[in-house]
Amino acid sequence: MGEPRPLVQLTIDGNVVKVPEGLTILDACRREDIDTPTLCWASNLTPVNVCRVCVVEVEGSRVLVPSCSRLVEPGMVVSTDSERVRTSRKMVYELLASSVEMDRADTSVHAWMEHYGVRPERMGDRDEIATVAQPPKVQDDLYVRDYERCILCYKCVEACGDDAQHTYAIATAGRGFDAHISTESDVALPDSACVYCGNCIGVCPTGALVFRAEFDMRADGTWDEDSQQVTTTVCAFCGVGCNLELHVQDNSIVKVTSPVDHSVTSGHLCIKGRFGWQHAQS
Amino acid sequence: MSRSWTWLPVPDLRFGTTAPTGAEVAAVDAVVAGVGPATLVVGERLVLGGRHRAAARRNLLLPALHALQRAVGWISPGGLDHVCRVLEVPPAEAYGVSTFYHLFSHSEPVADSTVHVCDDIACRGVGAMGLIEDLRGAGHHVRPSPCLGQCERGPAALVQRTGVDDLSVAPAPVADVEAAIGSSSSSAAVVLPQAGSGNLHLLARVGVVDPGCLDDYRANGGYSALEAALAMGPGGVVRELTASGLSGRGGAAFPTGVKWQAVADQVGRPKHVVCNADESEPGTFKDRTLMEGDPFAIVEAMTIAGLTVGAEQGWIYVRGEYPVAAARLTAAIDAARGAGLLGDDVAASGHRFDIQLRRGAGAYICGEETALFNSIEGYRGEPRNKPPFPTTHGLFGEPTVINNVETLVNVLSIARDGGGAYAALGTERSPGTRLFCVSGRVWAPGTYEHEFGVTLGDVIEKAGGLVDGSELRAVLLGGAAGSFVGPDQMDLPLTLEATREAGLSLGSGVVMVFDQNDDIVDTVRRIAEFFRDESCGQCVPCRVGTVRQEEVLVRLDRGGSFPDERDLLDDLGSVMRDSSICGLGQTASGAVRSAIDLGLLGGVS
Repeated sequence: MGEPRPLVQLTIDGNVVKVPEGLTILDACRREDIDTPTLCWASNLTPVNVCRVCVVEVEGSRVLVPSCSRLVEPGMVVSTDSERVRTSRKMVYELLASSVEMDRADTSVHAWMEHYGVRPERMGDRDEIATVAQPPKVQDDLYVRDYERCILCYKCVEACGDDAQHTYAIATAGRGFDAHISTESDVALPDSACVYCGNCIGVCPTGALVFRAEFDMRADGTWDEDSQQVTTTVCAFCGVGCNLELHVQDNSIVKVTSPVDHSVTSGHLCIKGRFGWQHAQS
Repeated sequence: MSRSWTWLPVPDLRFGTTAPTGAEVAAVDAVVAGVGPATLVVGERLVLGGRHRAAARRNLLLPALHALQRAVGWISPGGLDHVCRVLEVPPAEAYGVSTFYHLFSHSEPVADSTVHVCDDIACRGVGAMGLIEDLRGAGHHVRPSPCLGQCERGPAALVQRTGVDDLSVAPAPVADVEAAIGSSSSSAAVVLPQAGSGNLHLLARVGVVDPGCLDDYRANGGYSALEAALAMGPGGVVRELTASGLSGRGGAAFPTGVKWQAVADQVGRPKHVVCNADESEPGTFKDRTLMEGDPFAIVEAMTIAGLTVGAEQGWIYVRGEYPVAAARLTAAIDAARGAGLLGDDVAASGHRFDIQLRRGAGAYICGEETALFNSIEGYRGEPRNKPPFPTTHGLFGEPTVINNVETLVNVLSIARDGGGAYAALGTERSPGTRLFCVSGRVWAPGTYEHEFGVTLGDVIEKAGGLVDGSELRAVLLGGAAGSFVGPDQMDLPLTLEATREAGLSLGSGVVMVFDQNDDIVDTVRRIAEFFRDESCGQCVPCRVGTVRQEEVLVRLDRGGSFPDERDLLDDLGSVMRDSSICGLGQTASGAVRSAIDLGLLGGVS
C-alpha cells in the first residue's frame, strides 16, 4: 500500500483531527463522519470542482473553497456548517433546480435539498425565467440524452475522455448559460466517435443520460426501481473479469452497471458488458 | 518547410467525413507550417507521432481557428475537421473550444463582412443603439458587441471581413464604417490628451515615437532599461522591483517583485513570461493606448522579465478586438528579433528569449490569468482552481510570470532609474503612477497618467471637467467589476489603500462619468447582461447566478417591486462572490450592489 504518509493536523468544525497528507478536505470530512454534499465529484473521476455544492469555509480565505479538490494543510481551520456555507450550498441547489429538471437526481440530492430548505421558486415564475428545457435526444437504440436534466457537472465528459474511456466523443460546447454537452457540430451520436460503452450514463447524477430501455419504460410508466433486484456476476465476454450488476425487473434485465469500488472496473464497462446481455434472456 | 507531408490515419481518434475546401486547407496548413502536423511520415521506416507531439501542437488550435474564420468567414464542419486531423485534437473538443469564442461563427456567412458594434455601457450613451439600427437599415450584417475598448471615442465598431484583416473603427458614423469595409486601415491613431506634458512616465513615448520604428524607439530611450537590467543582473532587477513597491495593474494589485522572485526561485523546469493584453473590462482602454502607441516598450519589458526569471519563452495574449495593437506588436517583435534583441542571444547577453503573440477571439473571461493559459494551450478558456498558482503551475503547467501590459511598462523606468526613484512618486503605500481610462460626460475623454493619490475629482477636472449642462450623478470606478460612487466621493484619494478602505477598487483604472440624463437603471442592467454573456459557464453560482441577477434587473426595469426582489438580489450577490471559481463571478454583483446602495435603482435603497 505504499509508504505511510505523514499526518496533517487541522481543525474541522471545532474538532482537532489528524489525517494523512495529500487528502482533500472532503476526504478528511468523510473520515470524521461529517456528511458533505457533492454533485460533480465522484470517487472514480478527477475532481473538477464546478458544482460548488461541497464548499466549506477556511479561515483566512477570502472566499469559500471547494472541499473536493482543496488539499488539507497543517493548521487549517475548516467550518462545514457556517451561515456562509449553508447560504451558498442552498442557493447552488436553488439555481440548479430553477433551471434544470432535478426529479430524477439521486435520492441523496433530494435529501440535501430538503436539509437546506431549498426554494427554487423564489427565482421567479418558471415560465418567465431561463431554463435548459428541451426535448430529449433519442438517436439510437441504446442511449437517450435528456439534456433538460443536465446540471453540467462534466462527469460524462471526464468518463468519455481522460478518466476512463479515452474516446472523446463529447465535450462542453458554447459558453455561459448556453454551455452544453455536445458532439462535434452537434452531430447525432451514431455519427460521432461514441463507442457506446455507457460509462457516461454510469456517472450521470441526474438522469440526463439514460439507457434507452429505462427511458422507454419510464415513458410507459413501467419503470419500478423498488421492485428491481440487483444481482452481481462476472462478465463472460472476455478474461478481464469485470463485475456486472444486473438490474432485473419482472424477470428481465433492464439495466447493467458495475460497482464503483470494483478493483477491475472502477464502475466502468465496455459496450459488450453494458449491452450484450440479450442472450441471457433468449 | 518544403518537405511534403503524408497523412497517417490515427486509429485513436475518429474524425468527420466532411471535406474541407482548398481555401480552408491552405489557411490551416499555413499556421502549422514550420512545426508540421502531429503525425509525420519522414521516411519508409521513420514515422514521427504520438500524443506527445500532438500535445506540443495543441496551442496552434486557436491560431488555426482564427485562420479558418479569416479565410472563409466561419468555422465550417469540414474546416474544423481538417484542423483536428492536422493537430490530432478530438473533434468534439475542438468544437467545444471554437464555440467558446464570440468572434468565431458556426453558421454559413450571410455577408462578406460582419460589423460588431459596441453597445456596452460607454458606447450606448453616445449613439451606439442608433448606429446599430442605421447599419442594419443600410443592409449590413451587424452583431452587438460587448465593450470594444474604444470608450474615449465611441461609438465603436469592429469590422470582421472574409479574406482580409479585421479593422476597428471609432468613432463610427455609418459612412466611416462603410468606408472601412472597403479599405485596409483602422481608425487614426489615438490622441493623447496629456501629449506634450513633461510629467509622463508610462505614456511618455505615446504619440511621440513612431510605433513601427525600432530606431525611433531607441532614440527615445528605448532599450536603455534592458541594458541597465543586464548590468545589474536578475538579483538586481528583483531588488529594484521590490524596492519600487510596484504592484499589478490588472486589478488584483499583487506585488510584482514577489511574483518575479517566486518564479526565479523555481528550478529545473521551462518557465514562461506572459503579457496579459486581453484588456476587456468594460470602460478600459489604457493597455490599448500603450500597445498601439509604444509597442516596443512591452517587448523590452517582457525581455527583462524573461532574463530576470530565467524564462526563454514569452507570450503576448491580445484581445481579438484589438487588430491594430496585435499588428503593431507583431511588427515590433519581428523588428526586435531582426536586431538581435530577441532570439538565441538577446542583446549579446548569451541568454535566449523569444515572444509569440496570440490573439483572443472574443471572451472577457480569458483575461483571467488561468483561463488565459487554457486559451493559449488550445483548451476552453475556463479558469482553473487556485491554488496552485501560476508562479509554480502556470502556462503548460510550468512556472509562469503573468503581468498586465501597464504593469510591465512600469518595469522599464524601475530598471533604468532604480526602485527608489519610482517609489518617490505616488504615496507611500501606493507608489508610482497609474493610468486612468476616463470616459463619459467629460470634455476630454482619454487615457490619463496620474500619480497615485490624485483625487477622483481631480481626475475628472484634469479631463476638462463635466461637459456643459452636465450634473454629476455617479462615477463607475474600476469597470463593470468595480463599483458606482456618488458625487460625495470626489475627495477620495485614488490609492490602493484609500479605495480598499472605502470598500472600492481601482480595478483597471476606469473612471466613467454619468450625469443626470444618463439612464443608470439601463446601464446597471447592461452590466448584468455583460456578466451573463461573459460567464464561461463552468461553475453553477456564476453560470446561473449571473442569469438570475439579470432577470431581476429586467423585472425591476419593467416596474417590478424592489423590496420583493431585494433579498434575492442580496443572496445572489453574496453566493456569487463567495462560491464562484474566479474573479468574474466574484465581482459580477459589485456594480449592481453599489448602485442599490447609492439609490440609483429607482431611488429605493
